[in-house]
Amino acid sequence: MSRAILYDSTLCVGCKACEGACAERWGLPYDQKIAAEEHLSAHKLTAIESHGERYSRRLCMHCEQPTCASVCPVGALHKTALGPVVYDADKCMGCRYCMTACPFQVPSYEWSARLPKVRKCDQCYERQSKGKPTACAEACPTGATTCGDRDALVAEAKKRIGEKPDQYYNRIYGLKEVGGTSVLVLSAVPFEQIGLRTTLPQEPLPMLTWNVLSHVPDVVSVGSVLLGGIWWITNRRDEVAKAEGKGKGRKS
Amino acid sequence: MTRPKITVWRVIFVLLALAGLYSTYLRVMYGLGGSTNLSDKFPWGIWIGFDILCGVGLAAGGFTLVAVVHIFNIEKYHPILRPSILTAFLGYVLVVFALLFDLGRPDRLWHPLVMWNPHSVMFEVAWCVTLYTTVLALEFVPVVLEKFELRQSLKVVRAISVPLMIAGVILSTLHQSSLGTLYLIVPHKLYGLWYTPLLPVLFYISAIGAGLAMTIFESWHSSKAFGRQLETPLLASMARVLAVVLSVYLTIRYLDLSKRGALGLVTINRTETWLFGLEILLMAAAMVLLYQRRVRRSPAALYWCAVLYLFGFITNRLNVAVTGMESASGTHYIPKWTEMAVTLSIIALGFAIFRVVAHYFPVFDAHEEEAAAPVEAARPREYVGVIKR
Repeated sequence: MSRAILYDSTLCVGCKACEGACAERWGLPYDQKIAAEEHLSAHKLTAIESHGERYSRRLCMHCEQPTCASVCPVGALHKTALGPVVYDADKCMGCRYCMTACPFQVPSYEWSARLPKVRKCDQCYERQSKGKPTACAEACPTGATTCGDRDALVAEAKKRIGEKPDQYYNRIYGLKEVGGTSVLVLSAVPFEQIGLRTTLPQEPLPMLTWNVLSHVPDVVSVGSVLLGGIWWITNRRDEVAKAEGKGKGRKS
Repeated sequence: MTRPKITVWRVIFVLLALAGLYSTYLRVMYGLGGSTNLSDKFPWGIWIGFDILCGVGLAAGGFTLVAVVHIFNIEKYHPILRPSILTAFLGYVLVVFALLFDLGRPDRLWHPLVMWNPHSVMFEVAWCVTLYTTVLALEFVPVVLEKFELRQSLKVVRAISVPLMIAGVILSTLHQSSLGTLYLIVPHKLYGLWYTPLLPVLFYISAIGAGLAMTIFESWHSSKAFGRQLETPLLASMARVLAVVLSVYLTIRYLDLSKRGALGLVTINRTETWLFGLEILLMAAAMVLLYQRRVRRSPAALYWCAVLYLFGFITNRLNVAVTGMESASGTHYIPKWTEMAVTLSIIALGFAIFRVVAHYFPVFDAHEEEAAAPVEAARPREYVGVIKR
């Protein structure tokens, strides 16, 4: 059983209660000015974006096979069995490959800190492991954000689309994107109209680099035999030439 | 006491060093935010694109020449082996030094060595660069030992030299290509002119080219600086190899673009197209010129062709790291002056250290046993050849 968040943008009224609850949960400052910033940052781990009349919520998607966890050279990010992708700041060396690689452009960096960390939503791992809902889901007054078992939420999302097909765009964002995510989004309009990336492949991205990396042992073994062989042949040729040369020298 | 002469280059060096020092101060005191134009949307700038991607590529001369001289046993290139190893060693040390600026937590540079994630390309690169820098140090150490006549230690280093050289070539093959693999994970971000599953292969081939071009480049410079005879016939045959490498590279680029159906992108009028054009033009020009025998006979022409390709190579790496990543990021990135100052002063530092080391250590005149032995070994072969004929 893995946990997930369902964000139904058709129910969202843009009250930003989720933003406030999230900031409080992380101990981050939150005021009018920060509320007006419609993008993720090191002090804003979830953000409500307005797209005309509609709202959309940004947060870490908690991929089933997270790109960030696969690219991190020190394993500072990992997918928990519970569902959330969590970050260990004590390991992080600040290479920011996770930020470059993330297909959803989620991780933020503490750019002005002298000892900076990566910042991103951890889907309230602590709270969820104690059986409590995420801070954002608890704070949401309209039920636009709910959390629960991923399979149950997928079923719920399908039910909502089935019951009111005229109010929903007939797809669940996050069901298949980059192999599936632990945040699912419903919308009244095609997803690109509420700022979601719709050009992503359905296959998990980590395979793209693993397909190459898994050949490293081959390169090492075949390479050393090959180079060792070439070295032996070319040097042997010299030795033979040398010996023959000496032999001739003695004869003459 | 003699007063050091004031030359244009020394003035430039001092100015760059001062700008670099002040930028370092800003980097330490105000973090990456205060010293770069990087942002959440654009987390990698020229410190990755130039200092790392170009730096490692331009230091490829070390492994290329080691493979040619020792593994393929083409002894005639021996005179330029040592300067190449020195450039490579310096290059890698400077790459690691530059990395200290770019890492958010430079104090944790060592983390990948103890905290493993074999699924990460960056992890593999970290290990390869660490190991290969060690290999280069061991390949260069005989020069230092010769200088101080430490024959016992010299013997030890020479005893392990063959496995060391093979390890060096393999480690280089791995991480030169892996710098391309780094970008395989961003099919949705890297522009179609550059994103291809062949990135690792292309990075590897172009790095070999950069290694050869750098060897020509530094031979010319050191002949000017130290008043040495230039090994023109050697460099000319090396330039011919470079021309072939470039042909292979450009052919693969073309086939790849057409196979992916990306050739159409070339006709769109946008920044990416122009910078892609510049990259290809520089490389193709170097290739065409190097195929001319007249060009290969003139040391100056050889030098400028190498420079042409090196600029093409640098444009390519910056295109992958910066140009190609820009449109998908939703922001514009132009390096801050501090970023450029750090990069330029590191390059200047490289030139200065090379000069000092080449001045005090037997880099160019390897007359000691190591060099003497192979020359003798090579002679009988010619002799045999003559007799057979």
